[in-house]
Amino acid sequence: MDIHEYQAKEILARYGAKIAEGGLAYSPEESVQRAREIEGEVWVVKAQIHSGARGKAGGIKVCRTHEEVEAAAEGLLGRHLVTRQTGAAGKICSRVYVEAGTDIAKELYLCFLIDRSSERIVMVGSARGGMDIEELAGTDPGAIKKIHIEPAVGLQDFQVRDMAFFLGLDTAQLIHAVKTIKGCYRALRDLDASMLEINPLAVTGSGELIILDAKMSFDENALFRHHEIAELRDKSQGDSREVAAADQGLNYVGLDGDIGCMINGAGLAMATMDMIKLAGGKPANFLDVGGGASPERTEKAFRLVLADQGVKAMLVNIFAGINRCDWIAEGVIQAVRNIGMHVPLVVRLSGTNVEEGRRLIAASGLPIITADTLAEAAEKVVQACNAVIEKENEGKTDGNLG
Amino acid sequence: MAILVDERTRIIVQGFTGKIGTFHAQDMIRYGSNVVGGVTPGKGGQRHLDLPVFNTVREAVQQAGAEASIVFVPPAFAADSIMEAADAGIRYCVAITDGIPTQDMVTVKNFLRRFPLQERMVLTGPNCAGTISPGRAMLGIMPGHIYLRGNVGVVARSGTLGYEAADQMRGLGIGISTSVGIGGDPIIGSSHRDILEKFEVDADTRAVIMIGEIGGPQEVEAGIFARESMSKPLIAYIAGLTAPEGRRMGHAGAIISSAGESAAEKVAMLKELGITICPTPAAMGKTVASVLAGMAG
Repeated sequence: MDIHEYQAKEILARYGAKIAEGGLAYSPEESVQRAREIEGEVWVVKAQIHSGARGKAGGIKVCRTHEEVEAAAEGLLGRHLVTRQTGAAGKICSRVYVEAGTDIAKELYLCFLIDRSSERIVMVGSARGGMDIEELAGTDPGAIKKIHIEPAVGLQDFQVRDMAFFLGLDTAQLIHAVKTIKGCYRALRDLDASMLEINPLAVTGSGELIILDAKMSFDENALFRHHEIAELRDKSQGDSREVAAADQGLNYVGLDGDIGCMINGAGLAMATMDMIKLAGGKPANFLDVGGGASPERTEKAFRLVLADQGVKAMLVNIFAGINRCDWIAEGVIQAVRNIGMHVPLVVRLSGTNVEEGRRLIAASGLPIITADTLAEAAEKVVQACNAVIEKENEGKTDGNLG
Repeated sequence: MAILVDERTRIIVQGFTGKIGTFHAQDMIRYGSNVVGGVTPGKGGQRHLDLPVFNTVREAVQQAGAEASIVFVPPAFAADSIMEAADAGIRYCVAITDGIPTQDMVTVKNFLRRFPLQERMVLTGPNCAGTISPGRAMLGIMPGHIYLRGNVGVVARSGTLGYEAADQMRGLGIGISTSVGIGGDPIIGSSHRDILEKFEVDADTRAVIMIGEIGGPQEVEAGIFARESMSKPLIAYIAGLTAPEGRRMGHAGAIISSAGESAAEKVAMLKELGITICPTPAAMGKTVASVLAGMAG
């Protein structure tokens, strides 16, 4: 789960890191109010969306008068910002963070994350902040330092000093750096964050270390023990279909194809999507209905898949282990009857009680296309989808002629 | 012989008296697994499914000779149960639980490393379907009837995709020595490579199929091991060709977050290592069959 920059900064400030003075605003008037409260002559108005690379997308404005602050907020609020991380639809900006301008002498990079290879928390730093770290890793890997943290004892001061000297900090800045860097580590560890990226970590003209931008993601599996973090979820930043799915306990990822999918198991779901692609089609979504797919859950999943207007055919692929095929078949039949399908449906059942499941589908009298194997299922749904597209095109041609 | 479990392995169920633990314990017993009891703290001394319930894993080891355990404990308490099993001297533990916090798994792995290698418990999962040595023992939640006993090892991150492979192989008359689900989480007990090491020295296993997916470095690590240290052929399928970057595809660990983690990149690297690739998920059985045919010839 991602949170906003201002929320990450509030958390890090609680853990002893220094941030610039700032405040949140939901309207241009509030933005001016925040600017008035902050002393100084330069303010930065920052769009709060769950994405990096906001600067290049026009989401960060440096202002020198209150009028400029107002205009910047006016321009950002209510707008969908498109960055290179958001996709074409962009993300809605419904709040801005107004911050005191910082006199930046140097921009550094600092990140903590859980490294899958070493199975520990790793600290990553570079003296070349402000840059895209993946790009830097490609062009100049020597400019990046990684320090692995022993889980039993946590981050040690010598490791922090090691990083601080690598970042080019001087002795006078060291005590402050230790406090900031250890605070960041503790925030990640205590709150079950999976990633904390500070880019840039700024050294000011007076030698202070300030967190200028912060991106923080949390382990969904650990939110049960961090209610205060779970409350920070901003549903407006997610794909509306995915948010609706998550509310119903379904695992859905929207894609841009036209074949809707309902599958049990994440691996089988990915493999089925691959199969559709290899058969010449394009999946509209990833959807794992999981182990206990009751008829109610199946119907919810159907509604979710079919809510996507781009879906022209649908594939159900269930390999029943804990599930039973007859149970799934009942759910599918009930869903088709209750919803009224407007697109062709291909169903492939396999595993426990498969014969009974197939018998139920056949006896239902519904126009359900069945398949026995994964390959057959993918071919049939792609054929059905192409037939729908062909029909649509014929319709269009007729219309033009008429 | 098979690996990890056979008909003699003395199994206990952690989270025995709960609904899920009960359901799958019955299923495993029906399959013929040697379940000798279970652990539910506070219910020690009772009987459940006509088997003894213990308060602690240590008691189960001392009194029932437990060697292997399967964990159905809820996510918030699962890491603790796994460490209890390791501390009590359990030799092999399967963690079925889905949703264990990643940092809990960091703690678990660190705890396991404190034991000398010979005494260290083998852990597979969490977030997996378990392990089955067909015709011998099932330590998991899979539909046992789809597995034919034979000589191919299966190691898979995904449960249902492992079923798909077993089913395709059964259709072609190909049997399995042991099928191991290693789980879909970012940090897991055993990697593909760890399981390949066991298959390499197992007399019953002639070839191995590895079923991987997007995210993390472990399929390529396994491929390097296969090229450098394996005499048996390795066949691989990687799921997620259509998965977009930066999105979590169901499994907590199935996310492309850095270079080399996409399905296409993994396939390319495995091919370079000389590993036989299944071109599609529908061709897992056929690809195994052709490799076996090549060995016979």
